[in-house]
Amino acid sequence: MIKIKTTDRYNITTLRSFMTNILSLFAALVVIGIIFLIAGVNPFYAISEIFSGSFGSFYGIKETITKAIPLILIGAGLTLAFRAKFWNIGAEGQMLMGAVFATWTGLTFGEALPSYIIVPLIFLAGFIGGGLWGIIPAILKIKYAINEVISTLMLNYICAEILTLLIVGPWKGKTRFGFPGTDNLPDSAILGLIPGSRIHYATLILAVICAIVLGVIIYKTRFGYEARVVGENPDAGRYAGINFLKTSLILMAISGGLAGVAGVGEVAGIHHHLGYPASISSGYGFTAIIVAWLAKLNPLYTIISGIFFAGILVGGDAIQISLGLPAATVEIVNGTLLIFLIMGDYFLNHKITLQFSFKH
Amino acid sequence: MKKIQRLEMRSISKSFHGIPANQDINLFIESGEILGLLGENGAGKTTLMNILYGLYQPDSGQIKINDKTIRINNPVESITHGIGMVHQHFMLVQNHSVIENIALAYKDTPFFFPNAKIKNKVEQFSKNFDFHIDLTKKVWQLSAGEQQRVEIIKALLNGADLLILDEPTSVLTPREIKELIFILREMKAKGHMIIFISHKLDEIMDICDRVMVLQKGKIVGSADTKNTDKNSLARMMVGRDVVFNTTREKLTKGKKTLAVENIKVIGDKGRRVVKNISFELFENEIFGIAGVSGNGQRELAEAITGIRPIFSGKVKMNGKDITNKSPRHIYDNGVSHVPEERIRFGIAPGLYLFDNAILKQHHLKKFSNWYFLNYSQIKNHTRTIVKKFKVSTHSINNQIRNLSGGNIQKLILGREISEQPQLLVASHPTYGLDVGATEFLREHLLELRKQGSAILLFSEDLEEIFELCDRIAVIFDGEFMAVLDSDDKQFSDIGLMMAGSKRIDPMEKQK
Repeated sequence: MIKIKTTDRYNITTLRSFMTNILSLFAALVVIGIIFLIAGVNPFYAISEIFSGSFGSFYGIKETITKAIPLILIGAGLTLAFRAKFWNIGAEGQMLMGAVFATWTGLTFGEALPSYIIVPLIFLAGFIGGGLWGIIPAILKIKYAINEVISTLMLNYICAEILTLLIVGPWKGKTRFGFPGTDNLPDSAILGLIPGSRIHYATLILAVICAIVLGVIIYKTRFGYEARVVGENPDAGRYAGINFLKTSLILMAISGGLAGVAGVGEVAGIHHHLGYPASISSGYGFTAIIVAWLAKLNPLYTIISGIFFAGILVGGDAIQISLGLPAATVEIVNGTLLIFLIMGDYFLNHKITLQFSFKH
Repeated sequence: MKKIQRLEMRSISKSFHGIPANQDINLFIESGEILGLLGENGAGKTTLMNILYGLYQPDSGQIKINDKTIRINNPVESITHGIGMVHQHFMLVQNHSVIENIALAYKDTPFFFPNAKIKNKVEQFSKNFDFHIDLTKKVWQLSAGEQQRVEIIKALLNGADLLILDEPTSVLTPREIKELIFILREMKAKGHMIIFISHKLDEIMDICDRVMVLQKGKIVGSADTKNTDKNSLARMMVGRDVVFNTTREKLTKGKKTLAVENIKVIGDKGRRVVKNISFELFENEIFGIAGVSGNGQRELAEAITGIRPIFSGKVKMNGKDITNKSPRHIYDNGVSHVPEERIRFGIAPGLYLFDNAILKQHHLKKFSNWYFLNYSQIKNHTRTIVKKFKVSTHSINNQIRNLSGGNIQKLILGREISEQPQLLVASHPTYGLDVGATEFLREHLLELRKQGSAILLFSEDLEEIFELCDRIAVIFDGEFMAVLDSDDKQFSDIGLMMAGSKRIDPMEKQK
């Protein structure tokens, strides 16, 4: 009889951690390859097409960076929440709520104010919108012990419906000829692009700064310390006298707020008006979960993992066109990658040994 | 006809990682007999019974049923041999009904309509033993006593002739205890045999026909209950006559630091586990609370330090009310805490040593301002603790979960002691430490006392209690059985007090 025995692994080196990630990615690619094979596509060609579509051309790189902006922002915010074992699955909704707040601010005050005032203002509004949407599950969790995975997930749908209601109802723009959507934001509220691309640089700079600042918050501040203790061992947090409500509120305000900022970037940088939820976000709030995970919950690394996953999104678009694969392909690729990264984590933290024993 | 007429365990030995838990134990029990197993926590009672129930294999020795040697590889085999066990913590599915729980455990439950098929049988059993249980109720709606009865039915239905009860009364109210005793007598009359594990002398004398006393994994005595008395059993359990240690430096106690007034605390199971306890603690004093663990010590310590809510009563520190304040507020009022469940409360396992070295202190001025932690200061502090308390680790940049239990212990002790607390609440501080570290720690506690701290020491180790403490309270079932100076001659009966059979009223003492 073969017995599988798992024991905790101690002394995890950086090298081992890195190699586990690489191996997990490789194993995921093998499985993805098999899926391509079943779909009747040459897997080597498809995978190389993904990467050449995203990183292989000037156009691809520009698109990749455009899509990396929201992923870095949201992913960095999620690392903070996940550190405290607050499973925020609601970044998608927080991002949309940020977009809603920013659009309202832009449409209401944009005409009268110059760019250097209105742009910071809409970013602030987006942060507040996402943050408010983020602290609802925090209050529900601490005060009423409601599981945050469910509440954050459900709030995504609520937010998407609110947004839809707004664009087909009270906020429907006069310039839309009856189609759902708000009017365009005034020019002063629209973010500048790097010429020849769709990269709204203000948000890009903000994303990088946020990732760095969050790194400092997590590793150097009292708040970050308390969040990490709560995540590692809530009982020890209680023993140490950490205020759970305060900690959860702050971290979800930050996590949701950064998602909201990402929403601002999408509205003011790319679409210029509020449209259907699916047009504003192509699932960034969910993809960012994998971004945070691949970054090993270190916000600095989300800059790299964000670009990597943006590449897969762009490459996924590319193979949809060149190989005629359905849109769900990218989601399959992303989901497979996440599953393998989580499995890799398990093998990193546990040692598996097989024991052979013979019954006498 | 019973499957077991006589069961015998012969020279059973078992050790864990080289530490003997049972050494050369002989035991027998016959039909219609109730055997008491008496001993402090960690004496090896539960290990021995787990061997009988097939959870552990003995290193050496034999088990015989009706003079035939048998081998019990797992609980299923022990059940087929006619052995049943009711654990201290019930193994029931809370959201299922009583009948569903019984069906789940019953070996002949049919695949279809399990509840309906066994219902008659269970009702018959309930009636036979006067169980009075509503079979359709969900388990979470039952009291602890009723849950225990469900466990007993489960065992009996599977044909248990020998029933092992591990500390059965520890979760029961006095009325439920009476009912349990009634059921046990009923079973005895029907020819069952029962092994009754307890540390409460009164119960043992009341229920059992014979009693065996375990101490540090060995049988140190056995007797028929009708031929012995509580005094001699208590002496066997504690293992020695109490010696009074005098090496401790005499100090006059300073001003009052802690005052606990009539506090009542509710335990994890919703039962009142600390019942109306009051005491005072002074500077330059070590106040020990002796007793078998599980009598309210943990809850008392947690209530004082703010981890557990206080139901009623007051706790004052230097005259200031700290009842039900947050743990940080209480810490800031000068109370440090070495928790009993160190791994559960004391550390954040995935964080580094230096992170863990300031778990309760990170908000102090010297380690942080409003926003930022002062890591160079923190690391220096950690190095000092590691050096002074001989924590063995290759680096302070090491996750604390990589350390052994003893070393984690040393770090927590260092952390809680190094800030010169006015009051240190220490629960079993030397538990799990080697001899050298124990000695070092005891010296350190005495040093703290000399410097003016007050120490509230919870310990099961009587030697430690008498070596360190100026005054000692004996706790039993959430109440103090006595509060005396540690050189009081009345402590020759401490075994009786720990087992709840003797109580010295504070009033009486004053006379």
